[in-house]
Amino acid sequence: MKITGVKINYYHICHTKLWLFSHNIALEHEHENVNIGKLLHEERYSKKKKDITIDNTISIDFVKQRNGVMELHEIKKTKKMEDAHLRQMLYYLYYLKKRGVEGKGVMNYPLLNQIREVELTPDGEKSIEEDIRGIEEIVTGRMPHPKRMRICPKCAYFEFCFCGEGNED
Amino acid sequence: MRTDYYILQDGILKRKQNTVYFENKEGKRALPVNKIYSVYAYGKLSFSSGVVSYLSKNGIPIHFFNYYGFYEGSMYPRETLISGDLVIQQASHYLDEEKRKSLGRKFIEGACSNILKNLRYYSRNRDDIQESMDAYIDSIEAEILCLPESSSSIPQMMNVEGRIRNIYYSALDEIFPEEYRIVTRTRRPPGNKMNTLISFGNSLMYTTVLSEIYNTQLNPTISYLHEPFERRFSLALDVSEIFKPIIIDRVILKLVNKNMLDDNCFRGEIGDMLLSEKGKKIFLQGYNDKLGTTIKHKGLKRNVSYKRLIRLELYKLSKHVLGDEEYKPLVMWW
Repeated sequence: MKITGVKINYYHICHTKLWLFSHNIALEHEHENVNIGKLLHEERYSKKKKDITIDNTISIDFVKQRNGVMELHEIKKTKKMEDAHLRQMLYYLYYLKKRGVEGKGVMNYPLLNQIREVELTPDGEKSIEEDIRGIEEIVTGRMPHPKRMRICPKCAYFEFCFCGEGNED
Repeated sequence: MRTDYYILQDGILKRKQNTVYFENKEGKRALPVNKIYSVYAYGKLSFSSGVVSYLSKNGIPIHFFNYYGFYEGSMYPRETLISGDLVIQQASHYLDEEKRKSLGRKFIEGACSNILKNLRYYSRNRDDIQESMDAYIDSIEAEILCLPESSSSIPQMMNVEGRIRNIYYSALDEIFPEEYRIVTRTRRPPGNKMNTLISFGNSLMYTTVLSEIYNTQLNPTISYLHEPFERRFSLALDVSEIFKPIIIDRVILKLVNKNMLDDNCFRGEIGDMLLSEKGKKIFLQGYNDKLGTTIKHKGLKRNVSYKRLIRLELYKLSKHVLGDEEYKPLVMWW
């Protein structure tokens, strides 16, 4: 199974979303926040060569060399899902390390004027390996029944998950 | 929110860089591509391949209707939302006789429950016809009861549905003023005013549902109640059944009861009656208003438009075939 950065990200947000996305039930294209993210991605850092795709599996927003260290950069709109975003970056670092390239990660929040550095530790590596196993288990299984969380109303899958008129869960 | 765009006049669609213009003798109008959901063409429309590729790129289907207002076909953009898993599940629900019948029955049950809602409204609010309305309601309810037993085949279910529709039309004949009686349902061409309105409305409903299906991963050719080979996009026919009483019939009831139509809205004669341009305009206005009406959704706990309800219905169907949650047809709760 191809594990993309988005799957790692979704694994830490919602398993139903992960399952639907992995089964090509994409709903993000209509969602306002996604379009804002897309614009942000296209407009900011416009001089950098962007979207470095490796093995058709991971896609890094942009890459920089600083003091002989390779920096992987990821652009995010807000810190709301920070944990999931950091995992996504850890996974990129892990993926490249497996291919013999070491570097560090930098999260860019242009709208907040903040950056945050991320480094891959042995613990981090272990947790990514657990993530990968967890994702494989979910995606090959049955669709996880949606559970209502506080973040649900902001999700592109909200209407899909709770389209039934009698759903109170 | 993107909206539908209706073109009633004859003219040409032209693309000039990234803008599409509709042009005719009366002038030139730009089509706001980012705000259009689908285009409904009722006039004679000429366009270049540049327009087609640009609208396709933006995922905008064009639905064509002929001179008589009948649906002719759609320029359906290349599918971009494809989920192999979902399509396989959708097909497996067709191939498995029991699963297919269960879904087929639900479309009929949903349609009939909504038909009953319409009739109960008139039973409650019109003392003069209350008694006969109640009688029609009873006989429809009796037919619905024999739906599960007669479910040995889809055609038998369709027969029950046909009988219910006939009872329903007789009931409507009591609600409508005399000049709008259906008497018998006739198509191609519709024989009188009410048949004209129903035909026009049903083909609109079909295309609206089709546009919605386009925006999901469902395959429009795999259907349950109607045979997939009956027409190209038969899933739209299945789902339309649920929405015809909710949307089309209620638009018609409003237009007729509020006396919004006059003789200039029709052309032709009895036996061959059609909507005139004025009639189409009034109908489309009423239809579009209805699609935009919002109600509070019980599951989402937010306001959704009638049009969005169609999409939600398709999501419910997707979840059913994926095995997450059993499909329950939408029945008006308001």
